[in-house]
Amino acid sequence: MARKQGGSPSSTDIDMTPMIDMTFQLITFFMFVMNFSEAEQDERIQLPLSQLAKPVEGAVEAPITLQLTNSGSVIYAGELVAVRDIGGYLEREKSVMLDAGREPSAATVIVRADGRAKAGEVQEIIRICQEKGFERFALRAQYDEG
Amino acid sequence: MAKRESSLGDKVAVDMTPMIDVVFQLMSFFMCSLKVVAPEGDFDIRMPLGVAAAAAPDDQQVPPVRVKLTAGPDGSLAGIAMNGTPVADFEELRKRIIGLVGADTGPNSLAERTEVELDCDYGLKYVNVVRAITSVSGKVQDGQIVELIKKIKFTPPKRG
Repeated sequence: MARKQGGSPSSTDIDMTPMIDMTFQLITFFMFVMNFSEAEQDERIQLPLSQLAKPVEGAVEAPITLQLTNSGSVIYAGELVAVRDIGGYLEREKSVMLDAGREPSAATVIVRADGRAKAGEVQEIIRICQEKGFERFALRAQYDEG
Repeated sequence: MAKRESSLGDKVAVDMTPMIDVVFQLMSFFMCSLKVVAPEGDFDIRMPLGVAAAAAPDDQQVPPVRVKLTAGPDGSLAGIAMNGTPVADFEELRKRIIGLVGADTGPNSLAERTEVELDCDYGLKYVNVVRAITSVSGKVQDGQIVELIKKIKFTPPKRG
């Protein structure tokens, strides 16, 4: 330390190169792992695991996401709704689709149900959707690597 | 500048501070916007209302496999039955499905035409339903997914 001070009395030059190298590598890493997918997810839902639930490629056509919590209420567009009340919201989705000139049967209802929820409630959701004319369902599960 | 050049010889010192500022800001932005997402997949179910009863039976049609899942008082799985006969666990259910449809899994095969109808108790935990669907819809062999029955439907829900 004393020798350095003797060499350059006013300022100390630090070699910035390794730090900048590392920072750029970190930026590149974070840029690559960042995903822009708009998938609706909620940390309140613990999806059941399945080895066959391979991630889907490409976007689902006209998705409507219904998330069923452990306590038996549905999260629809960020709001907590009781299962029996989702009919009204689905009616709205249906009229939006009909206005756009599409049949509700073309839409896919993505059911993200908690593994601890009751199977009957999932079936109840499916039945309400069927009554509104939706017929494509996707039961979502978390991919289990084994 | 002239004074510096005289002390450092012909080396030009570039001021790194703004670049490092920006780089750190970029790094903190990407770090904060990082979302750890577990990979998810879908089981597709096509279940229109009332078509099952209206569809005309043809010679291509195979009788559906009925899988009954019974729930215990706390919602855990109490028993599995396939076409009325009890099955020990999901692994055996898969073996029975393979025994039923055989190794034929190509287009218009028996596996493609067969339909599974899931009959679950109302209070059964949903995780068991997904396990049952996993058992009937395929198996993992040497890291590859072999598809079995794709057509799955539910019986109407019954509260009780």
